[in-house]
Amino acid sequence: MSTTTELNIGHDVHHDEHHDHKQSFISKYIFSTDHKMIAKQYLVTGIFWGIIGVLMSVLFRVQLGFPGANLEWLRPVLGGWLTEAGKIDPEFYLALVTMHGTIMVFFVLTAGLSGTFSNYLIPLQIGARDMASGFMNMLSYWFFFISSIVMLSSIFIESGPAAGGWTVYPPLSALPQAIQGSQLGMTLWLVAMVFFIVSILLGGINYITTVINLRTEGMTFTRLPLTIWSFFLTAVIGLLSFPVLFAAALLLVFDRSFGTSFYLSDIYIGGEALPNMGGSPILYQHLFWFLGHPEVYIVLLPALGITSEIIATNSRKPIFGYRAMIGSMLGITVLSFVVWAHHMFVSGLNPFLGSVFMFLTLIIAVPSAVKVFNYITTLWKGNIIFTPATLFSIGLVSFFISGGLTGIFLGNSVIDIQLHDTYFVVAHFHLVMGSLSIFGLLAGIYHWFPKMFGRMMDAKLGHIHFWMTFIGVYLIFFPMHYIGIAGFPRRYYSWTNFDAFSGYTDLNMFVSIAAFVTVAAQFIFLFNFFYSMYRGKKAPQNPWNSNTLEWTAPIEPGHGNWVGEIPKVYRWPYDYSKPGAKDDFIPQHVPLSTTPESNLPHEQELAKQEQLNTSAHAKTTES
Amino acid sequence: MDKSIEIDQKDIKPSLKILSMHPLKFAMWLFIVSIVMMFAALTSAYIVRQAEGDWLIYELPTVFLINTFILLSSSVTMHIAYAAARKDNFKTLKVAMVLTSALAIAFLVGQYYAWGALVDIEVYFVGNPAGSFLYVISGLHAFHLITGVIFIFIMLFSAFKYKVHSKNMVKMEMCTTYWHFLDGLWVYLYIFLLLNH
Ligand code: HEM
Ligand SMILES: [Cu+2]
Repeated sequence: MSTTTELNIGHDVHHDEHHDHKQSFISKYIFSTDHKMIAKQYLVTGIFWGIIGVLMSVLFRVQLGFPGANLEWLRPVLGGWLTEAGKIDPEFYLALVTMHGTIMVFFVLTAGLSGTFSNYLIPLQIGARDMASGFMNMLSYWFFFISSIVMLSSIFIESGPAAGGWTVYPPLSALPQAIQGSQLGMTLWLVAMVFFIVSILLGGINYITTVINLRTEGMTFTRLPLTIWSFFLTAVIGLLSFPVLFAAALLLVFDRSFGTSFYLSDIYIGGEALPNMGGSPILYQHLFWFLGHPEVYIVLLPALGITSEIIATNSRKPIFGYRAMIGSMLGITVLSFVVWAHHMFVSGLNPFLGSVFMFLTLIIAVPSAVKVFNYITTLWKGNIIFTPATLFSIGLVSFFISGGLTGIFLGNSVIDIQLHDTYFVVAHFHLVMGSLSIFGLLAGIYHWFPKMFGRMMDAKLGHIHFWMTFIGVYLIFFPMHYIGIAGFPRRYYSWTNFDAFSGYTDLNMFVSIAAFVTVAAQFIFLFNFFYSMYRGKKAPQNPWNSNTLEWTAPIEPGHGNWVGEIPKVYRWPYDYSKPGAKDDFIPQHVPLSTTPESNLPHEQELAKQEQLNTSAHAKTTES
Repeated sequence: MDKSIEIDQKDIKPSLKILSMHPLKFAMWLFIVSIVMMFAALTSAYIVRQAEGDWLIYELPTVFLINTFILLSSSVTMHIAYAAARKDNFKTLKVAMVLTSALAIAFLVGQYYAWGALVDIEVYFVGNPAGSFLYVISGLHAFHLITGVIFIFIMLFSAFKYKVHSKNMVKMEMCTTYWHFLDGLWVYLYIFLLLNH
């Protein structure tokens, strides 16, 4: 009986999928419902956006490091965005930082990171044929694609893209007369974000459903790889916070285009009062940061999950404190929703409320510290194999420490009065969010490239890429702490007119040069990525001797992932260097009953249970 | 037996034996969660903004109350349809579904009249945020209700093709859940507006 219901269910879910034997080009590469192809689509789109975002940062670093630089030779590309004198136009500068932030936070580190690895790894690591709904998954990518097109097109319009910062605070973003960037560019920004939110929700609903409903036999929640835990919780955070951004954006749309006053009040332009009365710009900040802070964890958690997996695999040791890792991720998930006002300490927030948010903010340091300790103790005395992925993961942990510490400074509502909106904040979040998550993304690519493309990436190039990027990141962002403590405000086009800041010219020049070199190093990665896709060494079945299920699937898995039956799971994913075992790893699908030499006492019990089950099962299938 | 197992493996089957809920139904609940978050955001924004003062005070038009009852009765007919589908009682199913759609449309028309009544007492979309919030909240709810009506139409269509029956209830259950949720959401919104206007 139970089998028949299951068959029905299977059929229902499969309803929208195509039964593909011979796939056309379009259904295979474009409107694919295969989670692996969708993951690659996300990856390539993410890389594309990464390149654009990075190039933008090069442009504004030119302005910051070499304020007088003549960019006349770039006129064919930048056109009217250069002033008569060949310098970057001030409003274009603002547009650049805005688009850089938007692109990096949302398009690269949210869609590019979660979209790639949640899609790729969830079904493969939990033992499922595909996502719960391949069709919804495909929709998710294509909504992201539409969003990308809209955002990209805003860069090319006459009045330029949005320019009010990635947080698009009104009234600046609400009043087209304020800056050029608040005209059509801002409208397109909002439209793009609406599509983006739809895409995230479709994707997230799918990830959660898949993790809860489609795990293979034996894959209990306490046997899930930490990658899956992190993707799962990321999706939960997204599901709860992105609708709030939608609400915030909707009200902003009404203020911009229909004359309402949700965020606007008492504004005079050129001596004349606007009709808008009774709105509150602070309201927007509350709504935005209710998404905005969880969003930084949406960016962070997948990177941490990827790191857990890579560090355990490559130090050949079980992850230290598996349950503590899950617990701290749960803690981060919950806490991330109750700290948003630490972005608003100086917005006129009630000081008492400020203390409450300060307290809650500092509590987040606890689960974060637990995670850091667990990474270090996992690495401690391990037989570390320094693959590029390992290096990037270790680099990630280092950023978590150096960037997390400055978070504790900023979380103090009193210290934040001095530091808010300075380069100190820029340094903080570029280390802990920007660099950390990019390192997670890169580590993930190096680690799972063999599974994705059936070939290996070049390790030597990977090492060079790592060292240049790792050192570069610190050279870029460390000096920013000093500039910030000195009070240098972020988002300023030029500071040379202020005596107080003109002393930092050298430091800024240094930072810019470090940035150019680091950006150049990324081309090593790009070359390695695309070259290895076609010319790399053929990948073996399990290149890193890893325990998780994806390495049991064919080297280049087809739609449906496993050819025969889906492997069952008998143990947690971190049986590395288990005392008594033949090899230094025991994959999850190896039954306990076949490894009596390494079983712990309680596992012996489970092994007996297992044998009973299999013989009972054999009987039923015979009959 | 063997054959069926092989076919089954091509499918994306829920592999855990202890499966508690159909994946699509589960996804529907998650979708509902995201809608809840959106309205939670709007209603808390409403409260936060209201606490700042300079807030227009007005009476909620009674049309809203009438509409609430219309919508509640559509939940009843929806439930009747659902029960009928489970018992393969196709005639009742169709009648109840038609009634539900009719009531839903009546509600939407009613909401339109309620907006008219608001204009009559000089509460406008553009003006004091007190009014604007009311329009946005009820408008966004109406938008979701339209998606619900589309869902009902789809089910009605399948009902006429005898595709909804006791053995094929997943979509019907989803539709019912969604509809009850939208009703409940409106009741919450109405009480909220009643207490905080
Ligand atoms: C130890 C934990 C952390 C604490 C206590 C903390 C605290 C803070 C505070 C108080 C601010 C506001 C500073 C200001 O604008 O004046 C801030 C900004 C920021 N933090 Fe953190 N943070 C922590 C970890 C993180 C993590 C893990 C991420 C991302 C993965 C992150 C990303 C950001 C971002 C993006 C901003 C700046 C947003 C903007 O204004 O554009 N933080 N942090
Ligand atoms: Cu924050």
